[in-house]
Amino acid sequence: MLEEFVDINTTGTIDHRDGKTGHNVDLAERAYRIRRNALLMGEVQGQGYIGQALDIADVLAVAYFHAMRYRPENPDWEERDRFLLSNGHYAIALYAALLEAGFLPEEELETYGSDDSRLPMSGMASYTPGMEMSGGSLGLGLSIAVGKALGLKRKGSSSRVFTLFSDGELDEGSVWEAIMSASHHKLDNMIGIIDVNNQQADGPSTQMLAFEPLVEKLEAFGWYVQRVDGNDLPAVVAAFDAARAHPEPKPRMIVCDTRMGRGVPFLEAREKNHFIRVDAHEWQLALEALDAGRTA
Amino acid sequence: MSSNATTTAPAKPRLKTSAMIASIASEGQRTKPAPFGHTLAELARSRTDIVGMTADLGKYTDLHIFAKEHPDRYYQMGMAEQLLMGAAAGLAHEGFMPFATTYAVFASRRAYDFIHQTIAEEDLNVKIVCALPGLTSGYGPSHQATEDLALLRAMPNMTVIDPCDAHEIEQAVPAIAGHKGPVYMRLLRGNVPLVLDEYGYRFELGKAKLLRDGADVLIVSSGIMTMRALEVARSLESDRVAAAVLHVPTIKPLDTETILREAARSGRMVVVAENHSVVGGLGEAVAGLLLRSGVTPVFRHIGLPDEFLAAGALPTLHDRYGISTEVVTKRIKGWLGE
Repeated sequence: MLEEFVDINTTGTIDHRDGKTGHNVDLAERAYRIRRNALLMGEVQGQGYIGQALDIADVLAVAYFHAMRYRPENPDWEERDRFLLSNGHYAIALYAALLEAGFLPEEELETYGSDDSRLPMSGMASYTPGMEMSGGSLGLGLSIAVGKALGLKRKGSSSRVFTLFSDGELDEGSVWEAIMSASHHKLDNMIGIIDVNNQQADGPSTQMLAFEPLVEKLEAFGWYVQRVDGNDLPAVVAAFDAARAHPEPKPRMIVCDTRMGRGVPFLEAREKNHFIRVDAHEWQLALEALDAGRTA
Repeated sequence: MSSNATTTAPAKPRLKTSAMIASIASEGQRTKPAPFGHTLAELARSRTDIVGMTADLGKYTDLHIFAKEHPDRYYQMGMAEQLLMGAAAGLAHEGFMPFATTYAVFASRRAYDFIHQTIAEEDLNVKIVCALPGLTSGYGPSHQATEDLALLRAMPNMTVIDPCDAHEIEQAVPAIAGHKGPVYMRLLRGNVPLVLDEYGYRFELGKAKLLRDGADVLIVSSGIMTMRALEVARSLESDRVAAAVLHVPTIKPLDTETILREAARSGRMVVVAENHSVVGGLGEAVAGLLLRSGVTPVFRHIGLPDEFLAAGALPTLHDRYGISTEVVTKRIKGWLGE
């Protein structure tokens, strides 16, 4: 049903066909596969930030299979859109997307978090093709994005800088330095994506350090802001389209409200935690639950 | 103040000022204006990848001279040092070579994690150039970067430079631009003393240079302490003490070969002199090198004490904390008499 959401960027290089079957793949299927890849990686280590991976899978499906330009066989392609993962612990989610996009061979999934793997638990630029920054020390991404966006403008490039970060990172003062700077420099080639899952290490993000009203704040800081249900694929697609098409010389922010564990009902229902507990036997159950949702 | 204060108060002694100084040069000393700004502006004519960035201290790090000549390549980031370092990393990632300036305290202390994670961990080509190194401000600990070398030395991939004078800064700027990777360089700004040209000195990245020889004591120094060491050596001559001065502008990587060769010469006391805390700077770097190599001359260390230093006039503070020419001379004479 989502096949109408083909890439609006006619110069884009996204191949909507499945590598094996040659059939068109819709975004819901991409999101399903990203979730599945993440669960398979979680199973390898018996742990991982699976709650976050499941909540952000829809956003990553839209970023990688609708909105961004890239060439998986050439991760450093100069004309690519840049994707910065500021919240490095979401690496499991990004790897799942990079696997699906063809940056990494499928069999490498089994090395997740192991010695000498290109897929470390926390994302680092030098380890993984398609990983543009070393995140993990939270609050760094948007500052790097400002530099990249300035650099791209210097080069006369039409590439964009997408930066994914989490609501918890809004606690970091440096994030607001970057938010002011992007607006000051009129960086309309910057698209920020905030995952508002309302969960950080010590509890609900809104209770750790109140950041609402987020849309009004960001607008007051000079950004073009949209807030969407980050697990509603058509809404996310529309938000990315609007962010790219917006005519004002402003940086763009997409605030995505998401649900941790999305796609696996028993994990979604589990007590919310930064590091959702998954018992050894539950990984398989989670995969089954995900499959059940796919055919439902 | 009461209205008759001016008529009844006794004449006050004129106090020395703790105000921010524009130049570290002593009276009558030869100087050159803004060597960093002029050299970078000139270098940027041929190196089109160079961009200048600052966190509200362009005028106070001589970067305004670069900005005037290359306004389209100058990024004012506002008073936001973390952003400055992160954005410098982003520009480096896109193929540019940022020279990012601020004060040494703000780079080394406030923005440390940003330098560590966004620049050094990826070995990016960012040059961090920082004014007010060590004890070169009378403002107190907020502006006195007494531990910057220790902090930056501890960071993998980082090259650390502590230049002595204008002559050296002019040569170090193209040298660090020619080096691929992150560099932290201390900066002397404004009218900067000119000393090393008289010694036929040439800066080479990673090289220590013997500026003068002497059989009694070897002073190993960096930054402004090399200027002082040369004065100390001249002063010791009148007491028939022959002092050698080994200038070590590259704190990391250390020129171990030259330091070991000079320190191993028999019968010479080794004195390390640095404008930095005695914790973690050149002194401990040299001491560790000597011990690990089994070279054990009599070793003494001139540096700032491990404490929060006072505010006040710089000459007063340099005397109090033992890095003025007079105090260093006296201490070395004392050690030689032991």
